[in-house]
Amino acid sequence: MNKLFFDKVIGDPLNRVDGRMKVTGAAKYSAEYQLPNLVHAVVVPSTITKGRIKSVDSKAALRSPGVLAVISHENAIKVPGNADNEHPTEPPTGGQPLRAFYNNKVYFNGQPIAIVIADTLERAQYAAGLVKFEYDQDKHVTDFELNKGKGVLPEKAKKDPKSSLADYDRGVVDAYKTAAVTVEAEYIHPTEVHNPMELQAITAYWETDDKLTVYDKVQGTKPTQQAFAKEWNLPVQNVKVISEFVGGAFGNGLHNWPHETAAIIAAKMVKRPVKLMLRREHMFYMVGYRPYTWQQIGMGASADGKITGISHIAIGQTSTYEEFTESTVQQTKMMYASPNVSTRYRILPLDVSTPIWMRGPGEATGAFALECAMDELAFALNMDPIQFRLANYTDEDPEKKLPWSTKYLKECLEVGAEKIGWSKRSMKPGGLRAGEWLVGYGMGVGTFGAHRGAAAVRGRLLANGTIIFQSAVTDIGPGTGTAMVQIASEHIGIAPDKITFQLGNSDFPQAPNQGGSATVATVGSAVVATCNAIKEKLLTMAPTAEKRFANAKMEEILFDNGQMSLLKSPSIKVSYTNILKKNSLTEIDIIQDAKPDDESNKYSKYSFSVHFVQVHVHPTTGQVKVNKVVTCADAGKIVNKKTAGNQLIGGVTGGIGMALMEDAIIDHRFGRYITKDFADYHVPVHADVPQIEVYFVDKPDYIVDPMGTKGLGEIAIIGVAPAVANAVFNATGKRIRQLPITPDKLI
Amino acid sequence: MKKKPNKNTDIIVHNDSRRDFLKQSTLLTGIALTPEIAVKAAENQWDEKLAEAIEKIPLKLEINGIQKTLSIEPRVTLLDLLREQLHLTGTKKGCDYGQCGACTVHVNGTRVLSCLTLAVMHDGEKITTIEGLANGDELHPMQAAFMKHDGFQCGYCTPGQIMSAVACIREGHANSETEIREYMSGNICRCGAYPNIVNAITEVNKGGKNI
Ligand code: FES
Ligand code: FES
Repeated sequence: MNKLFFDKVIGDPLNRVDGRMKVTGAAKYSAEYQLPNLVHAVVVPSTITKGRIKSVDSKAALRSPGVLAVISHENAIKVPGNADNEHPTEPPTGGQPLRAFYNNKVYFNGQPIAIVIADTLERAQYAAGLVKFEYDQDKHVTDFELNKGKGVLPEKAKKDPKSSLADYDRGVVDAYKTAAVTVEAEYIHPTEVHNPMELQAITAYWETDDKLTVYDKVQGTKPTQQAFAKEWNLPVQNVKVISEFVGGAFGNGLHNWPHETAAIIAAKMVKRPVKLMLRREHMFYMVGYRPYTWQQIGMGASADGKITGISHIAIGQTSTYEEFTESTVQQTKMMYASPNVSTRYRILPLDVSTPIWMRGPGEATGAFALECAMDELAFALNMDPIQFRLANYTDEDPEKKLPWSTKYLKECLEVGAEKIGWSKRSMKPGGLRAGEWLVGYGMGVGTFGAHRGAAAVRGRLLANGTIIFQSAVTDIGPGTGTAMVQIASEHIGIAPDKITFQLGNSDFPQAPNQGGSATVATVGSAVVATCNAIKEKLLTMAPTAEKRFANAKMEEILFDNGQMSLLKSPSIKVSYTNILKKNSLTEIDIIQDAKPDDESNKYSKYSFSVHFVQVHVHPTTGQVKVNKVVTCADAGKIVNKKTAGNQLIGGVTGGIGMALMEDAIIDHRFGRYITKDFADYHVPVHADVPQIEVYFVDKPDYIVDPMGTKGLGEIAIIGVAPAVANAVFNATGKRIRQLPITPDKLI
Repeated sequence: MKKKPNKNTDIIVHNDSRRDFLKQSTLLTGIALTPEIAVKAAENQWDEKLAEAIEKIPLKLEINGIQKTLSIEPRVTLLDLLREQLHLTGTKKGCDYGQCGACTVHVNGTRVLSCLTLAVMHDGEKITTIEGLANGDELHPMQAAFMKHDGFQCGYCTPGQIMSAVACIREGHANSETEIREYMSGNICRCGAYPNIVNAITEVNKGGKNI
């Protein structure tokens, strides 16, 4: 590896390459493309929760000025791929996905049942209110608590007992019950909604009858291209998906939703480009959410603080038409050295829309229960929570029985404890005050698989010495383009300002969804592979420009600053531009793919984080203020400390929301959300978020990928909510096991 | 459930944009036309044009230093005017309810939620959007500070944050981190770049430039 550039570029807090576009308003999101003859769409949601649509009365809407069409199941064109396409909307694991305007069935409140198209947005909005429906209403079931006994094992686990969703037993079931010290508790995680700032939007355009272009807010242009090609029975290359800028997503762009198909149907029917932007209330039921989850943990330890058994049950909400699953119990299986661990994961289908993974999916929910239970047991043992975790630290993965690829969790614990001032923490709850405020300290550990997938990247080294890379990957906010430029810079030896990384277009080479904290590892590896292929090519062509490279081998050459030189005699050098010129080439154009090798499967690969929180709790009002946060991450080599730090801060902010305010509530009489905007559904604002200190171990893990990185996005939030809950306990002596920790629960 | 037959392959019932506007008696009284004239007008499809004249209101705005003479429906919000008609999409829609700040612009130098105000209420006023903040190629100090401090991730709340941040300093509400947080709390950043935004504002405020 080229150490010269390594230090200069990777790890450098380079400003974002697309930052200027974002601060000047030039960045274009999915609803911001001006196409000729563009018309506007508004979706109409069902007002019942379950039943059938008896009739659609669109007369008034159609008479309304500027209205071009009102489309519902009654008059929608047939989507050709629907018949033979069981899973157009993967990834949820089973069942029938919801198809736009497929029939008259209503599965949940707010289901898109019609779409109104008009020449202006105002006219479409007005007319949407004029469409009337008659329904045959069935009794609905939306109350999780009343029905949690009806949770079922997911289909995937039924089919495959080795599935990670299947029941897991290590050692003796429920061994915790016979331990010297035990805790048993139930934890409730409410429904949370991703609510990215950008409302879900799509601009759909049929160039010809069999050529579709969508500007769509998604987390993967290729998976979306595949989905719509299947849905419309089109050759894949006839579908083009553009997602250059994505205004946050946090998971809700991992699934294609009915409103997208509705807009595509509309565009086909009115024969004009159609733009649809959901309204904020639609974001609560049309594009997924983090499911309501009930958990029970039993944990026991010997008197000296060795965990002897953990039992963890989780039941998560899903819809009646799709099985949504997540890894809620995963951290319990691998985090602590308990000889006996049992996990049970169930899902409960209700008359609601399908959830979708939300940042730190499952793991964040599971960590709330596990890391709170750890705190409860430490308290019962009269042990410091950090000491308790160290006493049960694992040097290999107790689930897979494999060595860790890398694990620097101890370092994270050490640094974090020092920076938050853990030594000031009182072992006794309520032991610290700052004026009238009670002060508490808490911590929580997070982990997430250090995943890497397959991807390809195109690189075009041009005659002027600049280089352009292309990948279909999206950037929902972490700064993918910036990180890729830095990785490329190091590996091709060209300064960052001469590198362009183009993304968010399905015409570019394959990349998976941006999700599961795997983008840098996956796409970055393909960037490295492409750089290596270009370097090989340069090496074979170099002798034409400089004879003394004739017998040179790759390892004898330094690629830096746009030129090759011999390591042993640096004065022997030739620039890339000269090589191209002497070979009469205008460019080198290479597409290279990269995927993880089998060797890496000999290891267990995880990223780790620890979050330390200091809270102030007002004893009279129950107000909780997060006063200070220190987060330490073991996420391998950090490509850009500025953007990575920001990603951690953002995850912690999401965790503060999860801990203290986010709560999507259904009125079960109607099966309808009563939280439907930011007045009812609170997310953290400036005043809720203090300065957040972040620290990186910054040690490479070359087993995961050639850059040595491990994922960061998920561990940023996993473990934050329990850290806050534990701090609240430390401040008040009150154990709040149902999120969010609102003042009413404390007074 | 079997799918119902497609009733309507020529789905666009309202294919002609004619609205039968003038045939409606309530409107007839309003515009004092005889039914015969109205019917004739409708038949000749004059109603669309007439309706437009009635429905639209003339409006003059100065947007980013450029005078605009417009004719718009009174129900059009300033936000939708900017985004959908003038294609100034730098101003974002995050809620349309005045709850998120993504749509913040300056009206006569003061921050305003453009989703919460009708464009016609601003006749003769000066609107500045994120597109008009920089001085040509030279970024406004707040834009530069946001880049330096990485005051964003996805970038969607960013134009609103920056417009609010500039106003926050102009109002004299940026004297401490706590004060900045308080006066910036109308601008939600779901990506959670808050501390970086506060750092950017603090730096620009300390820079003491007249912004
Ligand atoms: S869009 Fe105006 S405040 Fe949210
Ligand atoms: S940068 Fe994404 S919402 Fe603020």
